[in-house]
Amino acid sequence: MRFILVLFIACLTPLSANALDVFACEPEWGSLVQELAGDKAAITVATTAFQDPHRLQAKPSLIAAMRGADLVVCTGADLEIGWLPLLLRRAGSANVQPGSTGYFLAADFVRKLEVPTLIDRSQGDIHPQGNPHVHLDPRNLRRISTALEQRLAAIDPANAAHYESRLTDFQARWAAAIETWEERAAGLSGLRVATNHRSFSYLAAWLDINVVATLEPRPGIPASGAQLATLLEQLSPNPPAAVLRTPYSNERPAIWLSERLDIPEVTLPYTVGGTTGAVDLFRLFDETISMLQELSE
Amino acid sequence: MKTRSIVSLLILLLASAGTAEAQNLAGEVAAIRQQLLDMQREYEARISELELRVERAEAKASGAEREASEAFEIAEQTAIDQSSGASAANTFNPALGAVLTGRYADIDRGWEQVPGFLRGGEIGTGESGFSLGEAEINLKANVDGNFFGNLTFALADEDGAVDVEFEEAWLQTSGFPGGWSLTGGRMFSAAGYLNKFHRHADDFADRPLPYQAFFGGQYIVDGIRASWIAPTSLLLELGGELTWGAGFPASANGKTSPGAYTLFAKLGGDVGVSHSWQVGASWIDVDAVERSSGEEDGGADPATFTGDSDLALIDFVWKWAPEGNSGVRNFKLQGEYFSRSESGVFDSLLYDGDQTGWYLQGIWQFVPRWRVGLRHETVDADNIGSLLGTELEDPGRSSSRSSLMLDWSPSEFSRLRVQYTNDRVLSDTDQQFLLQYIMSVGAHGAHEF
Repeated sequence: MRFILVLFIACLTPLSANALDVFACEPEWGSLVQELAGDKAAITVATTAFQDPHRLQAKPSLIAAMRGADLVVCTGADLEIGWLPLLLRRAGSANVQPGSTGYFLAADFVRKLEVPTLIDRSQGDIHPQGNPHVHLDPRNLRRISTALEQRLAAIDPANAAHYESRLTDFQARWAAAIETWEERAAGLSGLRVATNHRSFSYLAAWLDINVVATLEPRPGIPASGAQLATLLEQLSPNPPAAVLRTPYSNERPAIWLSERLDIPEVTLPYTVGGTTGAVDLFRLFDETISMLQELSE
Repeated sequence: MKTRSIVSLLILLLASAGTAEAQNLAGEVAAIRQQLLDMQREYEARISELELRVERAEAKASGAEREASEAFEIAEQTAIDQSSGASAANTFNPALGAVLTGRYADIDRGWEQVPGFLRGGEIGTGESGFSLGEAEINLKANVDGNFFGNLTFALADEDGAVDVEFEEAWLQTSGFPGGWSLTGGRMFSAAGYLNKFHRHADDFADRPLPYQAFFGGQYIVDGIRASWIAPTSLLLELGGELTWGAGFPASANGKTSPGAYTLFAKLGGDVGVSHSWQVGASWIDVDAVERSSGEEDGGADPATFTGDSDLALIDFVWKWAPEGNSGVRNFKLQGEYFSRSESGVFDSLLYDGDQTGWYLQGIWQFVPRWRVGLRHETVDADNIGSLLGTELEDPGRSSSRSSLMLDWSPSEFSRLRVQYTNDRVLSDTDQQFLLQYIMSVGAHGAHEF
């Protein structure tokens, strides 16, 4: 009994007080904050690569984490519409409410692809502001890192120089890495793939990969058996090189189609932590390009 | 002597001729060298001139590149700014959403009151056949930087007349420091687990029996709520509500104000990445004054209750999804236990009652979009007093139901459900079948955990 009481009190002890408490909605933003802030930030990442960021719930642990957040870093473009507003309302301080300095939406700083012209639910679970999966174009991350560093410096001016030097260092390494990735991926231009959801649009646009089909008939709406059969018929004469999916998506439609087309089904890491090797943003792109290169060989 | 001289002369001549030739050669070599040097100098000059020109060209090119990239940045920034949307008069419209429900029921022996419990709110099985459910309309938005406002009303058909139910109208502080939050107005009480959800979010076509018996479906209060979230890694939330009645089991009256208060505590967290849980305890203390029981049928004054009504509530919910990814498969188990003690005067009769109830339900999403659920619910009244013939007459048994449901959600905004209920609220068992649709249009806010 006494042990349980001690354990209970231990769980209720306050969180870190001196570091900047950052609430990151997805692993990619947790990693980016880590690159820019280093040990100056205590980061809570709300989702893993294996959790669909569209469909998370405002669970108790996240409310508790949101309560102490000094900075909220999320994707935006309505990706987290199903849970982030509720977390902010339940536990967010004034410093992290929408519109304040502590509320940072990465998608606000880049140009969105696939901005729908018809905003209607008959089109599926669409995002009026465009495709929110912006982090898979590394050039977007450079742009976002600049904006994020400004926020970090604004919230924590005492460490502004620290953030600035880390940004300079990160951007230099990032620019070199982009050059390497683009060289390695030169042969991927025109590669034909099918994807489960429009998760890889930015990656495809960057590397000039041709997404010939999406398994979901409309965003967020899983394909029925009949719809998959139609797709199979369409793709059979000239099958794509592979079916790509994210670690969190349902594997069944992708496996079904890949088996019938006799093409590989590839789970790209999608974000940091999506494969054991994708431990940070650099390794995320390293791994992604390696996996795609295997397809084009 | 002469010969020697000639030889010497010859030698001298030869030698001098050799020297002249040598001298000539040396001169040529020097000239060539000079020429080479000149050429080298010339080429060096040319090369350095070329280098300079290349350098200049390079500088120009990089300048151009820089300019181009700056121009690109500006273009990109403009595109980003423009893609952020334009302003218009209706930009400030609140999030507006409506939920449409309806059902088809096959019920033989329906009920409108749980034996041993005072009737309140809309409860009961409803009638057989097709019936339009509530059309719920919700408006919400930030009022300003300090407040968030929410309004929900429901339209229902009551024997041909439109009945407007005023469900919610509350304001909440945004971003109060220190984990505090204040809410005021008409709201769903924070007591219990299911109470804070709109009915369209329920996992079954009807509310669990204890909710119907103890809350008349939902405990809606008019008042203010203060809640505080502790700065801990586990969620610990403590709060209280001061209410002036209105919703059953409290009563709207001018005699005791505030007429009721609620205390609640919630504790929740994760176990690993796949499990999340929350437990809660609540206490509702009501001073009821002439609390009406049931509908005013045929003009006759309904029986009223005046007295104390104290309710203790314990709730828990546990959710599981592989890797915490609920989109494909997930499971939810929830249960609540109610214990109420009432004492006072009912219809000018002394009445003292202890009532308990609980439900337990599990919902299993086995493939995307498809879920099955099983629920068992029971309530029991132990009422003391000469209540024979009244609604509070002790039935001497508990009322219970068991339900099985299957639902299919073509998208996040639509749901079709079939439910079978084995109903043992009345003394005879009834087999009930329900078909239900729940459709949401417009903005649809996030649901609580």
